[in-house]
Amino acid sequence: MLIDFFLKLKSHRLPVSIKEYLTLLEAMGSGVIGPSVDDFYYLSRTALVKDEANFDKFDRAFSEFWQGVETIPGIEASIPLEWLLKQVELQLTEEEKKQIQALGGWEKLMETLKARLEEQKGRHQGGSKWIGTGGTSPFGAYGYNPEGIRIGQDKGRNRSAVKVWDARAYRNLDDSVELGTRNIKVALRRLRKFAREGAPDEFDLDNTIQSTAKKAYLDIHMRPERRNAIKVLMLMDIGGTMDDHIKLAAELFSASKTEFKHLEFYYFHNCLYDFVWKDNRRRHSERTRTWELLHKYGHDYKVIFVGDATMSPYEILQPGGSVEYFNEEAGAVWVKRVTDVYAKCVWLNPEPEEIWGYRQSIQILKELMGNRMYPTTLAGLEQAMRVLAK
Amino acid sequence: MRFSGSAEYVATDDLTLAVNAAITLQRPLLVKGEPGTGKTMLAVQVAKALDVPLLEWHIKSTTKAQQGLYEYDAVSRLRDSQLGDSRVHDIHNYIVKGMLWQAFTADSPVVLLIDEVDKADIEFPNDLLRELDRMEFYVYETRELVRARHRPIVFITSNNEKELPDAFLRRCFFHYIRFPDKETMERIVGVHYPSLKKSLLREAMEVFFEVREVPGLKKKPSTSELLDWLKLLLAEDIPPDALRSKDRKTIIPPLHGALLKNEQDVHLFERLVFMTRAKGG
Repeated sequence: MLIDFFLKLKSHRLPVSIKEYLTLLEAMGSGVIGPSVDDFYYLSRTALVKDEANFDKFDRAFSEFWQGVETIPGIEASIPLEWLLKQVELQLTEEEKKQIQALGGWEKLMETLKARLEEQKGRHQGGSKWIGTGGTSPFGAYGYNPEGIRIGQDKGRNRSAVKVWDARAYRNLDDSVELGTRNIKVALRRLRKFAREGAPDEFDLDNTIQSTAKKAYLDIHMRPERRNAIKVLMLMDIGGTMDDHIKLAAELFSASKTEFKHLEFYYFHNCLYDFVWKDNRRRHSERTRTWELLHKYGHDYKVIFVGDATMSPYEILQPGGSVEYFNEEAGAVWVKRVTDVYAKCVWLNPEPEEIWGYRQSIQILKELMGNRMYPTTLAGLEQAMRVLAK
Repeated sequence: MRFSGSAEYVATDDLTLAVNAAITLQRPLLVKGEPGTGKTMLAVQVAKALDVPLLEWHIKSTTKAQQGLYEYDAVSRLRDSQLGDSRVHDIHNYIVKGMLWQAFTADSPVVLLIDEVDKADIEFPNDLLRELDRMEFYVYETRELVRARHRPIVFITSNNEKELPDAFLRRCFFHYIRFPDKETMERIVGVHYPSLKKSLLREAMEVFFEVREVPGLKKKPSTSELLDWLKLLLAEDIPPDALRSKDRKTIIPPLHGALLKNEQDVHLFERLVFMTRAKGG
């Protein structure tokens, strides 16, 4: 039975080894735990998982495995609607509430939910219609539907007590979720490369000894101090669909500013066209021509785009597609020019990676970037930095 | 030997289980968690609860794995040879035992704490693989094998500044100390300040968890900061009313310097308070 458990963890891409599995068996044999599922959960976690970033994955795998063993009280009973309403109100921002109004309003959403609840007989995971976890249905938990209603795991399953692994308390530690400033800093540090450039003002002992021995007189050598020589050009999408992500973009920017010697940043709107600007408040008066950008910053700069790449495909592909003014050349042409000049460039996309496949504009831009588009999660950022640092 | 928390340390179920598994199977226990959640205290308290000696090895960025085993003091041997001291003939006189050696050769099992293992060089954990796995090492100078008489109970703490190698992780049990929930926190405070008035505690906890929830704080206050703050509140004899107001969000908690350690955080907090006040007024 436990072999299945081990394989289940493996299939969830948890880095578990046979040695750790044997340790777990040894621990069970030596009677560390009593015959309780909770104890087994804690013991297997402490023996098999060595990084809190994997705790969430482990919780999910454990929950999945355990469903085959434990009989689950059905959830066909109704979920109190008042509670749901309260919960939904807590979860949604003003903006999302407006979006829901646009989709037909509360009543309609709640009615559908009620109907759906009556239809459904059992717990469900994945998929796109039923109430459950991890799917794209508007109802359920941990899904990505923007107009979704989150039905929490903790109270939704009436009669059964809260299961520790279903509480999923370690979600925030999973390295595929989005980042805070500190995490970004850690990831960006990977990009830091030291080089010696500038005035020689540091005593070079090794060279001095070598050269003195060779020339048979004291020959002092100096060398320039080691400096962070990475040059970064950041182009950030601002306004429009990016408003949701503006905070994240700002964090990304503030984190990266301390990490590099040369960091230049410019804003664009939705897609890169003839102009970029430095100060968003004076975006119409103080603009920089994109040509100037390409000429001013040498090709040793590394370019990082930050944007959700979510727009109508026309805005990328057609001349005059911009929502702000008439652009003579298509956005795609400009993106292509940037990738031609700068060998090292990536696109960071704050939208969750799962939905990229459903948005045509993301696909187009990803292709234009030569597939170098990464989500702004710690894992994605690390991949991006690896590409830039190569 | 079983550990089940102590009078001064509140251990959650999962933590006691991890500690007991490590003790029973004689494997090192790697402990991670937010700063100030009692990682180092754990080893101290386990040693106290089991009534065994505690050996602490604090790691710095310059610490080498070899220093935990032994060091050969060549300089004093050279000096002794020039002074004609007879000690010089025995090399054993110049081998300085490190923490691991002391732990291995102790008369009874001990608790060994390797504190902040992530501070050291990236190769540091790899250099200790055999020592922690087999609990033995070889002394080249004297050509002897030091083997543990009793396998020590090893606790290793990490603040996640560097990633630890897989080979090292495979040999350890792992526990991540979560930030305590309100209930556990009340128990922890009860253990430290048994005479604290219920009303003050309740108000203080509310304020504390509110401060923790302020979005964008650079450093969230942790357990140890709450304990410090309570100590200050007690010392200054601040009444519970001072923490309470009609709308709690409109006051800055007294002595907030104990909770927020970063001036940007203090500014952020003050700004938020100001904003709610402006909105309310």
